[in-house]
Amino acid sequence: MSVAARPDPKLLRRLLRAKDRMDAASHEPWPMERLAEVSGVSQAHFARSFKAAFGVPPHRYLLTRRLERARALLRDTDARIIEIAFQTGWNSLGTFGRTFRDVLGATPSELRAREQAVARPLERAPACYLSAAQRPNLMSAVSEKRRREPRHMSGPEEREVP
Amino acid sequence: MSQGVGVVGLYVRDQDEAVAFYVEKLGFAVHTDVRNGDYRWLTVQHPEQPSFQLGLFKPQAPTLDDATAQTVQEIVAKGAMPPLVLVVDDCRAAYDRLSARGVEFTQSPVDRYGAVDASFRDPSGNGWKMIEARPDAR
Repeated sequence: MSVAARPDPKLLRRLLRAKDRMDAASHEPWPMERLAEVSGVSQAHFARSFKAAFGVPPHRYLLTRRLERARALLRDTDARIIEIAFQTGWNSLGTFGRTFRDVLGATPSELRAREQAVARPLERAPACYLSAAQRPNLMSAVSEKRRREPRHMSGPEEREVP
Repeated sequence: MSQGVGVVGLYVRDQDEAVAFYVEKLGFAVHTDVRNGDYRWLTVQHPEQPSFQLGLFKPQAPTLDDATAQTVQEIVAKGAMPPLVLVVDDCRAAYDRLSARGVEFTQSPVDRYGAVDASFRDPSGNGWKMIEARPDAR
């Protein structure tokens, strides 16, 4: 591949800014328009370039961050599950519970019971890196995952992004 | 101390931009800045850490071939380089001071397990975690 055909590092740096902004406020709505503006590119260009740069479409990335955060809140706090759902960016408890189970293989309350039973991670490593290590590795769309596992077809198809 | 790690280098996309960031915004001082043709050996130092230098290097020929240099630039710009940690006495105060100087914070200060941390990036994309030293660890 010629060097000229490679992505411009300056564009990648701006795409990283959109990723950072989703990381910092994953509970907020991130319509494509807002993300594209952060990166200073058109919406169509943004979606394509983000996926090429980071391996997942932007909204699926956002979903993994929301699930990572919900999982941490389930483990580290005693907040009610509905509160955690709203706090992490879902508009409906049903969508949250279904997506959570489809991706992580357990309901929020099952996962909470399981994780609260084990010891806390080592405090010597920065918490956010440890937390990121548990981020779901969502290489396919949630709807695709559901299709492959028919037992989980419990509700109407939903869009991946609230 | 006479033994230990002396220099650890970062890859940056532009050394002038990097030195402006690390010196004018973060408060480091230039330790060494020497050139040989296009090559520039550039290191900076934290004012309270005289035994350690942080290198600000540009991935470039002849150390790297052009295609590899481009790949490294992409990796840095995607924020995929390993974590860096800056220890401070007061994370919130440092956050206020550095934000006012235009440092790009990616996470404002958060209290976690009794310590406060924040995150920022340098212009190239290297990500720093800024952690307040715990009183018992100082």
